[in-house]
Amino acid sequence: MCENCGTAPINDADFKELASVISTYGSMKGSLITILQKAQDIYGYLSLDTINYISAKTEVAPAKIYGVATFYTQFRLEPIGEYLIMLCQGTACHVNGSALIEEAICEHLGISDGQTTEDNKFTLNNVACLGCCSLAPVMMVKGPDGDETFGNLTKESAVKALEAIRTR
Amino acid sequence: MRIVVGQGSCGVASGARRTSEELEKQIKANSLKVTVEKTGCVGNCYLEPIVDVYDGAALAARYVKVTPEKAAQIVDEHLKNGKVAQDLLISAEDEAFLSNQKRIVLRNAGIINPERIEAYIEAGGYEGLRKVLTSMTAGDVIEDIKVSGLRGRGGAGFPTWFKWNAAKNNRGSSKYMVCNADEGDPGAFMDRSVLEGDPHSLLEGMLIGGYAIGAGEGVIYVRAEYPLAITRLEIAISQARENGFLGKNILGSGFDFDIRIKAGAGAFVCGEETALIASLEGERGMPRLKPPFPAEKGYWQLPTNINNVETFANVPWIIANGGAAFAALGTEQSKGTKVFALAGKIKKGGLVEVPMGLPLKDVIFGIGGGIKKDRAFKAVQMGGPSGGCIPAALIDTPVDYENITKTGAIVGSGGMIVMDEDTCMVDMARYFLDFTRKESCGKCNYCRLGTKRMLEILERITQGDGRDGDIELLEELAVKIKDGSMCGLGQTAPNPVLTTIRYFRNEYEDHIYKKKCTAHYCRALITFTIEDACTGCTLCARKCPVGAIAGERKEKHVIDQDKCIKCGRCEEACNFGAVKRD
Repeated sequence: MCENCGTAPINDADFKELASVISTYGSMKGSLITILQKAQDIYGYLSLDTINYISAKTEVAPAKIYGVATFYTQFRLEPIGEYLIMLCQGTACHVNGSALIEEAICEHLGISDGQTTEDNKFTLNNVACLGCCSLAPVMMVKGPDGDETFGNLTKESAVKALEAIRTR
Repeated sequence: MRIVVGQGSCGVASGARRTSEELEKQIKANSLKVTVEKTGCVGNCYLEPIVDVYDGAALAARYVKVTPEKAAQIVDEHLKNGKVAQDLLISAEDEAFLSNQKRIVLRNAGIINPERIEAYIEAGGYEGLRKVLTSMTAGDVIEDIKVSGLRGRGGAGFPTWFKWNAAKNNRGSSKYMVCNADEGDPGAFMDRSVLEGDPHSLLEGMLIGGYAIGAGEGVIYVRAEYPLAITRLEIAISQARENGFLGKNILGSGFDFDIRIKAGAGAFVCGEETALIASLEGERGMPRLKPPFPAEKGYWQLPTNINNVETFANVPWIIANGGAAFAALGTEQSKGTKVFALAGKIKKGGLVEVPMGLPLKDVIFGIGGGIKKDRAFKAVQMGGPSGGCIPAALIDTPVDYENITKTGAIVGSGGMIVMDEDTCMVDMARYFLDFTRKESCGKCNYCRLGTKRMLEILERITQGDGRDGDIELLEELAVKIKDGSMCGLGQTAPNPVLTTIRYFRNEYEDHIYKKKCTAHYCRALITFTIEDACTGCTLCARKCPVGAIAGERKEKHVIDQDKCIKCGRCEEACNFGAVKRD
């Protein structure tokens, strides 16, 4: 990270959408997290170039942006697959066997928590709590057509749901 | 006639959106004059999707578990032919889930349309604000909240009037009213329900609080994981502005107040006031030493008051009905009602609002209907990662701040995770430590390193490598982490370990000395064997990924314990219940 901080040449044309976000929020005190959230919405993750670009436009040091980005679980520094599987590991889900669901998904997709399948279809993320505790175990799949939540999962139903998404 | 479909996150997850679309489609196809509306979560999450049919203002029928396929039946039988679809109707027993509650925070949840301000106003909304702005001074408001005895519902249980009074008495060029909607406790979802189901009650509570402390701006710090809540809040804020409840000169009183939303980015520690403020300012959410308290120097160094969603949602009711009416509920020191999120191994999971002081038993067995599959009740976890496990023997404990704290757990934000005999208490302690270890911000050594060391010990124990002296070491570390941490996260992180050692020491000892997990959960400590019920069908042998099962066709099979990796596939595969875990 360090050797690249602030040194990459910045091509404004690559960051058109982000430029308008920064023109709205850049001068607003304390809006770094909001800018990072919008940047991630646009590009799917925060690349080094994105961080350097935000730094150049807001005059916040890249190290500080990196510090904030790595502090919060929402931010990703790596690209993700087409569908993001957010597998709930909240207490209710844990008690109702979310570890087994994770095992089944990992085995089926051949990835572990935080990884992306080779075909770039799925990324698996364990998350703290989705707040649908009565339907535990739960997963939310974020894709191009919005969020879908699946509750009362079993090993079989979790794998089946993912397969249905894959063949869409 | 009017149809209302519950569409909180849990309803949507159960398919309520598709049910609603199907109803609309069928109604249109049959050219019926029926409108389809949405509402928030009524609380019976285990019965979603829930569909209410209203005839005028009266509820004609409440249908439960209405999958899209069943929508047609309601249209056919009820809407077209006026006959109630008996088999989809809520049972009397399930109705008791609601009727045994006293709803103040959830007064509108699952009843009104959260996306229409008119619905909130019809239900008496913004009357509290009107009363405050037309007939009360800031001091009167604080006095009424003091009379009510309202305490912070986010976890600490600090008297709300005291915080408001401190913020009121501190001077600053401007002041802030902040709502902590960063519901981070795994297992708690009451704030989400209010945000999604009744967002205006939060706005009204913040307005009243803002008036009391002299703030001009409110900020709602909401979890990014709650996209539906954010959408509904945005709608509510813009409708409140249009209707003159937010902005300049509210209701002609000269009081100016506006509210904006700030999405959190996922950090449990941001539930701590000073960390939340750092996050609002765009920094890493690290807590700082208090004093100065936020009431003195908060957001941008200005006087700031922070309350949780549920606390604010109580305020309009208290103002409209008087502090004394609220204080009449609950116990001597814990007034009013509290919402609990009932989940885990419980038959009827969902949101339960009851007066403080009700025995745990009445909540879990009375309202919650007892344990799934009628297994034996072992413990209930309260207060999330800062709380503890209350054992079955203490089931008569009244649920209020003082009595729950005596057990070693805390009321916290109100999560109640019910556990049965299949839940391993050492694993639960490991689970929570894993959580707090990840969520520690890293500022204090004891919290950062201590939780890691405790987790390592717990992992060792659950993997069958526990050693003599581990329990004592955990206890020693726990005390040091509590003493050596600056904020609530570190000070309470050892609680799940301490309470499980206190009430389930035998389970720790079984793991360490006998290498046994009596709940049969910890994999390394389970032994799978095949019993006489085996018919020799060979299925298990074929499913075993490591070839550890041997046996002739039609003869009892045997597991080679040296090869077995304890994956449990033989147990799942067996149709005769012949595979036993010990």
